[in-house]
Amino acid sequence: MNKSIQFDAAGRLRHFLTIDGLSRELLVRIMDVAESFSSVTEQQVKKVPLLRGKTIVNLFFENSTRTRNTFELAAKRLSADVLNVNIATSATSKGESLLDTIRNIEAMHVDMFVVRHEASGAAHFIARHVAPHISVVNAGDGSHSHPTQAMLDMFTIRQYKGDFSKLKVAIVGDILHSRVARSEILALNALGTAEVRVVAPKTLLPDDPEGLGVKVFHDVDQGLAGVDVVIMLRLQKERMSGAFLPSEHEYFTYFGLTEERLAKANPDAIVMHPGPINRGVEIDSRVADGPQSVILRQVGNGIAVRMAVMSMVLGGYVDALGVTS
Amino acid sequence: MSGERLAIMGGRVIDPANGVDALVSVYIAGDLIVAVGDKPEGFATDQEIDAEGQIVCPGFVDLCARLREPGQEYKATIASETAAAAAAGVTTLCCPPDTRRVIDTPALVNLLRERADSVGKARVIPIGALTRGLQGKELSSMMALKAAGCVAVGNAYAPVENLLVLRRALEYAANCGLLVIVRPEEPALRNRGCVHDGAVGSRLGLPVIPVSAETVAVAQTLVLAGQTGAKVHFGQLSSARAVAMIAEAQSQGVAVSADVAVHQLHLTESAVDGFDANAHVSPPFRSQADRDCLREGLAKGVLGAICSDHQPHDPNAKLDAFPATEPGISSLETMLPLSLQLVEAGVLDLSSVIARLAHGPAVIMGLGAGTLSPGARADVCLFDTRLEWVVAGTDWLSRGINTPFYGSKFKGRVTRTLLSGRTVHCR
Repeated sequence: MNKSIQFDAAGRLRHFLTIDGLSRELLVRIMDVAESFSSVTEQQVKKVPLLRGKTIVNLFFENSTRTRNTFELAAKRLSADVLNVNIATSATSKGESLLDTIRNIEAMHVDMFVVRHEASGAAHFIARHVAPHISVVNAGDGSHSHPTQAMLDMFTIRQYKGDFSKLKVAIVGDILHSRVARSEILALNALGTAEVRVVAPKTLLPDDPEGLGVKVFHDVDQGLAGVDVVIMLRLQKERMSGAFLPSEHEYFTYFGLTEERLAKANPDAIVMHPGPINRGVEIDSRVADGPQSVILRQVGNGIAVRMAVMSMVLGGYVDALGVTS
Repeated sequence: MSGERLAIMGGRVIDPANGVDALVSVYIAGDLIVAVGDKPEGFATDQEIDAEGQIVCPGFVDLCARLREPGQEYKATIASETAAAAAAGVTTLCCPPDTRRVIDTPALVNLLRERADSVGKARVIPIGALTRGLQGKELSSMMALKAAGCVAVGNAYAPVENLLVLRRALEYAANCGLLVIVRPEEPALRNRGCVHDGAVGSRLGLPVIPVSAETVAVAQTLVLAGQTGAKVHFGQLSSARAVAMIAEAQSQGVAVSADVAVHQLHLTESAVDGFDANAHVSPPFRSQADRDCLREGLAKGVLGAICSDHQPHDPNAKLDAFPATEPGISSLETMLPLSLQLVEAGVLDLSSVIARLAHGPAVIMGLGAGTLSPGARADVCLFDTRLEWVVAGTDWLSRGINTPFYGSKFKGRVTRTLLSGRTVHCR
């Protein structure tokens, strides 16, 4: 019941909430559609009319500039109308319930909610309660899921590395609080990645991390040895006051990605980061700006992947692009 | 009392406290049981109740049920929830002190009892607050609470500020001869958690409550109980380790008892998968191994009672993102069929299940209920183990229909409940 909520009765993708339960074929199709949009974003006129007349609401209960901007650009390039609602400073602070907020915006005859919320499960909750014609795309819920970020990361990896079945991928940092890591792990495994590793101190790992389908390393040099992709996660400042870590300095010393550490990985390994980066905390500037870094490519890919997901969820687009399902 | 004479005929009478399990009759005069078995000499029956095919047993004693009154009548009332209790075969309800107006004065104790008496559907035993206002700082007026009829005190979900306050509170309660009910949870380890620290919580990225939140509190309380001589009862356990610690203490002769909420004997952490807020409960559903050990602890008697941990909610309480929803299940009306499933699963025999629902909890609280002994108050439950029904919530008497068992097919339902010889529920 929980996973099928993403599909309608005909088995078509209706909401995009989590990678959990999605097939390898569907993930590949998202990347294929994104590929076809990449050319759109490089043209002089960066627009396709696929979602003309549709209204997409960016419903952000948690501050985010980058994710909201790329969703907004993606929607505009699909010719949709976009409404940005920043709830962090809006209705719920006046005591309105989450459901009332949703009902009110729903009454404006919109077609899609792009939701960012600080509580895990918020996107599922909204998807379960919206009117039948409205789709929900999860733009990050608590520590649970950030599926479009995971897909843009997969898309980036595919561009550089091709076949997932030969890859070793290491995700380094605060796995415990990371919706990005959870979604990436699901996507990497669904795509048949040879080995998915997480590298973190025990305080930043959830219970039974192996159960998520990863190999666990507490030592970053061992964790990076021989990998093809290094994904660094952002370290929040709250982790120090919450007694997860002693200091930024100690974290950088023992887990930060430096050129020396990166040398343990395969020579052609790529370095990724969902952003925004903390230079000198989880990653050295020389690595972030170095030749192996694909961090800015990820940002650009974010628009194409979000265009793909939004158009697929709202439907009726694929044939127009000549992409077969 | 009119002194009406009732005979419950033809049923299978199960009265574990007296070792009875036989096809016999129960004779009631006025509000008291007069005999089980042969008709007493000169007993002129006014009304005969046909119990053919039914189980006849003592009315159940529920150690933890929230009625929400006074203060949260938008969730439920004493009238609605005692009616639900009657429909569930529960004749005695112990309600925790964490009503909106905390039960920390004799006036509140009397108010609850009087309102329950005026409704007349179930007996309500208010549990007094251990600390004033449940603030965890100062002792409540335990002697006055006892004089008002409280037999137990507790702090419900509210933490006690520090171990010194807990030690003094236990000492003072021991001095008053009051049972102390502890729902073990170390607040710092609970933090802002809402699900078990296990596979499902890891996958869903929800804030977790580790088992140690429970076991650390059990360990601390056991040490202080030993030191102070207080009689302690642990309510609503969730973990295998806590059961083992209590079993060990019991084997060393410590006066400590424990219960388990009925849903903890069935559901595990997987119930919250898909963010089902109806499965948001405190303490959280834990692993399959924990659930199995709770069942084993119940079978061995380490856990002497099954309680409902009934928490009726208004619909809005569950309409939010999972971590923002209120924990708790409306569970009175599913308590019997869920308990009967333990018989089918081979965990306990029917007589032991009834013992854990009636006499076991009565003994823990020191109440003279939970038996069909001659001279006891005629609190009787009749149920039919064959009756099949589907949980829809629509025909519930509880005002809260928050249950993770929606759509479940159950077997077994209460057909009649007598409170002091008076029929308070009949299906």
